[in-house]
Amino acid sequence: MSKNNTIKKREPVLMQGNEAIARGALDAGVNFYAGYPITPSTEIAEIFSYELPRRGGKFIQMEDEIASISAIIGGSLAGAKTMTATSGPGFSLMLEGIGFAKMTETPCVVVNVMRGGPSTGLPTKPSQSDIMQARWGGHGDAPAIVLYPNSVMESYELSIRAVNLAEKYRTCVVLLSDEVLAHMRETVNLPDLSKIKIIDRIKPTIPPEWYKHFPENPKYPMPMASFGEGYRFHVTGLSHDEKGFPTNKAKEISRMMERFRKKIEYYIEDIVQIESFFMEDAKIAIFTAGITARAAKEAVMKARKRGIKVGLLRPLTIWPFPDGAVKKYLGDKKAIIVPELNEGQLSHELKRVMGGIWNYEIRKTKNIVELHKNSGELITPEEIFQTIREVK
Amino acid sequence: MPKISQKAIHKYLRHDKNFPHVWCSGCSNGIVLGATIRAIAELGYKKDNIAMVSGIGCSSRMPVYVDFNTLHTLHGRAIAFATGIKIVKPEMKVIVITGDGDATAIGGNHFIHGARRNIDMTVILINNNIYGMTGGQYSPTTPYGDRTTTTPYGNIDPTFDICDLAIGAGATFVARTTAFHAIEAQSFIKQAFEHKGFSLVEIISACPVIYGHLNKKGDASAMMKSMKENVILIEAFEKLSDEQKNGKQKRGIFVNKIRPEYIEEYDKLVRSLQDEKGGE
Repeated sequence: MSKNNTIKKREPVLMQGNEAIARGALDAGVNFYAGYPITPSTEIAEIFSYELPRRGGKFIQMEDEIASISAIIGGSLAGAKTMTATSGPGFSLMLEGIGFAKMTETPCVVVNVMRGGPSTGLPTKPSQSDIMQARWGGHGDAPAIVLYPNSVMESYELSIRAVNLAEKYRTCVVLLSDEVLAHMRETVNLPDLSKIKIIDRIKPTIPPEWYKHFPENPKYPMPMASFGEGYRFHVTGLSHDEKGFPTNKAKEISRMMERFRKKIEYYIEDIVQIESFFMEDAKIAIFTAGITARAAKEAVMKARKRGIKVGLLRPLTIWPFPDGAVKKYLGDKKAIIVPELNEGQLSHELKRVMGGIWNYEIRKTKNIVELHKNSGELITPEEIFQTIREVK
Repeated sequence: MPKISQKAIHKYLRHDKNFPHVWCSGCSNGIVLGATIRAIAELGYKKDNIAMVSGIGCSSRMPVYVDFNTLHTLHGRAIAFATGIKIVKPEMKVIVITGDGDATAIGGNHFIHGARRNIDMTVILINNNIYGMTGGQYSPTTPYGDRTTTTPYGNIDPTFDICDLAIGAGATFVARTTAFHAIEAQSFIKQAFEHKGFSLVEIISACPVIYGHLNKKGDASAMMKSMKENVILIEAFEKLSDEQKNGKQKRGIFVNKIRPEYIEEYDKLVRSLQDEKGGE
């Protein structure tokens, strides 16, 4: 595969965030992409349409986003590593399919390059307003793995990680980006292919008559056969038993739901990634992710130069929410500033972890300062710096 | 046509815990399942090599009963899921089981685009003129004036001719028969399986418990008799006067042609790119 790679030598290259996501996925082994054009994610589809036929992979532009998510789930069941990319409106359409992938424990990756909403909103402007949708958007209870980079290089890395986590935990992983991150160009040093850790799904080794497509044990490894390999299993969006056959038995349904939850809970340390920046001696903390964290970093540096002890805690894994890290790093801070391009989605979750917005004692000691912007513009380092000065 | 024994059919069923099936007595779905299995047995397809994909509805419950690679998907999306399977594993025989509501209402978009692409799969569409699973609401094929739970005063919504729809969208094998004509159904399904490209077999079926009951169509046998009398061969239909055509439907193979198939075209593209690289 590397022979056919258009990046012949891994020299530093100037690359766009969307391109980095596509490159990462290709390096992680994605060999089937189905998608539908939508700004600001379209470049991802364009790159796949160029690259996949050259590598013996498969690309198709489907008739809509619902068809796209459906096709990648079908493709994944047939044995491919699959991805689709979209933005807010398309992501809304994909939610039923994402739920199906989680229900049937079928690996796939959905990229959501966030733009302003609601509805058609701001196709060419950034937003971070799908943070909650990525977790709670579909109907029914099902945990989510959602990653969110803050640079072009990290878009590449988290794209690989998203594919790996999907294959490892047999679920639909959502990779968030935003319009600015997707379209800005940065110089990146891609690692040699030999240095990239790639996780492939585990194949069953037992005879077909013993095979259960949904093993009782929610612990890794979770072997998964593909269609056409002699296992002839059944897959349904209905609540099902270990063999995949529909069931109405409370015990079997509870076991299935528990499995969805536990397979994420057991491995939370493996899944959650955070970055702590000048947090050791910080009195004030900033908590944010994605593109806004870039501005926050600059604000931290500016404040540090003026002797203000401020740090940044940034989740790279948005869901499952890094409760442990938040408690550990933010528990003793005088104030926590949460800048985000929405009306308070990360801060809502932060308040849950910090003790709930109605808990008076906590409210008194933990001052959570929210900084929102939903007009399609970025939050500037200066705005965050001013907020730091106000809470100091 | 070689006779396929009952015993042979049992080889293709999953006996472990899926029976009795969910279908009402008098439902035609079992007849279609039988015809499908007999066609598969006749062609000697390997069970491992068949992917049966369905959407949501009465007909879409079929895959759970058969011992293939089976996928029961979302309402209307079977063809989109099947497209993913076929692209990734072109060597598999992909069969879609769907109904009138599943394929032409919520799944209409995927139905026409599957046909347009001419992607190699066989869609067996069981048309019972109603949403049975939800208790009898009108579908895009419910005849004018008929009663359903959502047309209490009679249906005013015009219908789709599913075969015309498929032909218009570019399907390369289009046939219609009924559950009464079970041997013909088997033959059409077999020909559809052997066809390279997007093939559709519409099978008009009886839903005596819901559609039949709401519209006083009689019991299952009366509905079968009505299919026998009113769904007639294309040649016989064409001979009728306009007046006589009223209330009658054509059955037979409407289209059987060759047009570039999607997977083959994709493979051609891949080969041309490899040649291009070889020449570098």
